[in-house]
Amino acid sequence: MKKWPVKMNERSPEDRAGDFKEVVAGYTPEEALLEASRCLQCRDARCVAGCPVGINIRDFIGAIVRKDFAQACAIIWEKNNFPSICGRVCPAENQCRKACVLTKKGAAFASLEAININFLERFAGDRALSSRPSRVSVSDEDLSRFRVAVVGSGPAGLCCAGELARRGVRVVVFEGLHKPGGVLRYGIPSFRLPQDVVDREISALEDLGVVFRLNTLVGKTLTIEDLFRDGFSSVFLGLGAGTPSFLGIPGESLGNVYSANEFLTRVNLMGAHLFPEYHTPVNVGRRIVVIGGGNTAMDAARVALRLQRGNGISVDVTVLYRRTMEEMPARRLEIEHARQEGVRFEFLTSPTRFLGGTDGSLQSLECLRCRLGEPDARGRRRPQEIPGSVFVLDFDQAIVAIGLTANQVLVRATPGLEVNSNLDITVDPHTMRTSLQGVYAGGDVVGGEGTVIEAMGMAKKAAGSILKCLESLP
Amino acid sequence: MFRIIAKDVLSQGAGTRIIRIRVSAPAVALKAQAGEFVLVMVTGKGERIPLTIADRDVQEGSITLVFQEAGFSTRLLGQLAEGETLYALTGPLGQATHVPANGKIVLVGGGVGIAELYPVARAFREKNNRVMAVLGARTKDLLVLVDDMRRVAHDFHIVTDDGSCGRQGVVTDVLREILLSDPSFPVYTVGPLPMMKAVAQVARQAGAPAVVSLNSLMVDGTGMCGGCRVTVGGQIRFVCVDGPEFDAHQIDWEELAKRNKVYKEKEAHICRLDSL
Repeated sequence: MKKWPVKMNERSPEDRAGDFKEVVAGYTPEEALLEASRCLQCRDARCVAGCPVGINIRDFIGAIVRKDFAQACAIIWEKNNFPSICGRVCPAENQCRKACVLTKKGAAFASLEAININFLERFAGDRALSSRPSRVSVSDEDLSRFRVAVVGSGPAGLCCAGELARRGVRVVVFEGLHKPGGVLRYGIPSFRLPQDVVDREISALEDLGVVFRLNTLVGKTLTIEDLFRDGFSSVFLGLGAGTPSFLGIPGESLGNVYSANEFLTRVNLMGAHLFPEYHTPVNVGRRIVVIGGGNTAMDAARVALRLQRGNGISVDVTVLYRRTMEEMPARRLEIEHARQEGVRFEFLTSPTRFLGGTDGSLQSLECLRCRLGEPDARGRRRPQEIPGSVFVLDFDQAIVAIGLTANQVLVRATPGLEVNSNLDITVDPHTMRTSLQGVYAGGDVVGGEGTVIEAMGMAKKAAGSILKCLESLP
Repeated sequence: MFRIIAKDVLSQGAGTRIIRIRVSAPAVALKAQAGEFVLVMVTGKGERIPLTIADRDVQEGSITLVFQEAGFSTRLLGQLAEGETLYALTGPLGQATHVPANGKIVLVGGGVGIAELYPVARAFREKNNRVMAVLGARTKDLLVLVDDMRRVAHDFHIVTDDGSCGRQGVVTDVLREILLSDPSFPVYTVGPLPMMKAVAQVARQAGAPAVVSLNSLMVDGTGMCGGCRVTVGGQIRFVCVDGPEFDAHQIDWEELAKRNKVYKEKEAHICRLDSL
């Protein structure tokens, strides 16, 4: 008899859009068992190859079936330190679940029938968070005489810190902001990734001896040279992709035109949704447009509509995207959640001009209609503007979520640190070593905008190189 | 960390206070250069606000900040006493002032901007520049660091709107005369936005180069959010990482003025609530 996938419990759209609490509830042990028991335990488990860090998915699911939840988590930890985070934010439908044998051949995304690997990963991770076993693995050699500096406390930095600390290395993480977590803190809203999940992962690292130095912007407060002078043996750069891109169209600096980074940071990091208890303000429009089709755009749209609800404004949020739903890089789950909550979509639309009133605030957006042309280098069909198809939509707030480029603060302050034409830090892809001796990098700072798990994969590789190097030192 | 070592009120009486604090921040003190700033959070629930570094003491491991109680967060900061600590402080941020050697400069400052001018004046003086200072305020009570500036500058002019100190008028009156006798005098200005705009205009008319140090609303201060963006020569630039100093002749002043007022209503609301 065919077993149907076990659906994750979700709060109703009406209920959840009224606050910032988590949308998706975790599996109960019974649900996890049921879902895990659907796994065919393939001899040649393709899901593993679909995971950017190669988690032994088959075996951890097998452990859940045996009700050995601690073992399930231990298996994940061999490859990924943060199952509670990745289980929530990984685009599984493009990765492990798409590779699952239950996904229909040639499907663009994972089929519904594919095992809900991400939900099971989250289950295993959350179980372990509430009853955390010792995570210090047996090390072959004591490396506690070494200190390594990790710059940036986002996914890459946290992952690298964990890998090194588990081997006894004394790690100091430097963070420019006043709270650790990077994009997990300022970018991903708490209804998708609750802050206490991030807090617990960070305190687990502190238990391993990792020290966090906040309010310290490497490149300004300290230089990489300072770090070496202070006795650090190696430096890992996990700065993230830090600088928002703008469209470069007229009117983009009108009042109430935000970058998604600014909008999300004001709310997620600074608590603007709790203004005036928290002192950072954010404006909330009556008609809000979010420009872009990625996860950040979905996050911004869903934060925007929650702010409208919280301020007694009827929900009116539109996502504007140049292509169609199918080409959207956002996770299908986020698109679905956004839709359910009342976000509207305006596809095949390219903004050409922000129009403002006399007070300098946004009033409307001039757009052109698009059609899909030939596929681009990534295989996505390119949008082509249709001449003469101009139309104007009324909006009093816009959030630009069209991507990020590498932050240049550290690069400018570090002679000899090579970057490529995209201004990303250049690394040897095998070792993640930069052009500077003893300096490694990983995450979005070397590769544009990837996912949390890809950043962690690179950080893990870098940590491996650092460990190898330390082991060879006297 | 970030303990207030000393605090004094530089000016009060004109309906607003200008306050100077010395804050323990050894790492920042070690690196701070003229023109740079820090981001400060007064409490854990606070805003991140940019404040120019007015001075530093490497030995003591402290920096000096001067601020006017203009909005909610600066008033909250003004309530902290010696011995209390700031929740967060990051820096030094921004690009340091470009200071050529063996030249000349006319520094034009208004109100609390004079405090921001002071480290710049010293940097120019140290590099053997002829330093001329034109300091202005609405009234005498709002003039700060006058004696410090007098010591650093070769030439020194004070202007007040009401004539309560120095000459009656506005800073541009003096600047116009200076540039009339020597139109090649480079101008550096910091102060209220309308003043900077007027200074830029006078300099442009005289054909003099002018640099402006901008105060924008910021969140992270590290180039991450773009909230502080300003249009310079038709290009979007971030005040936090590309600035705070820009060619005054290239700034879109109108846009900047409007962007700075984006949270006016919210600001009024929170100030009313807390009766600050």
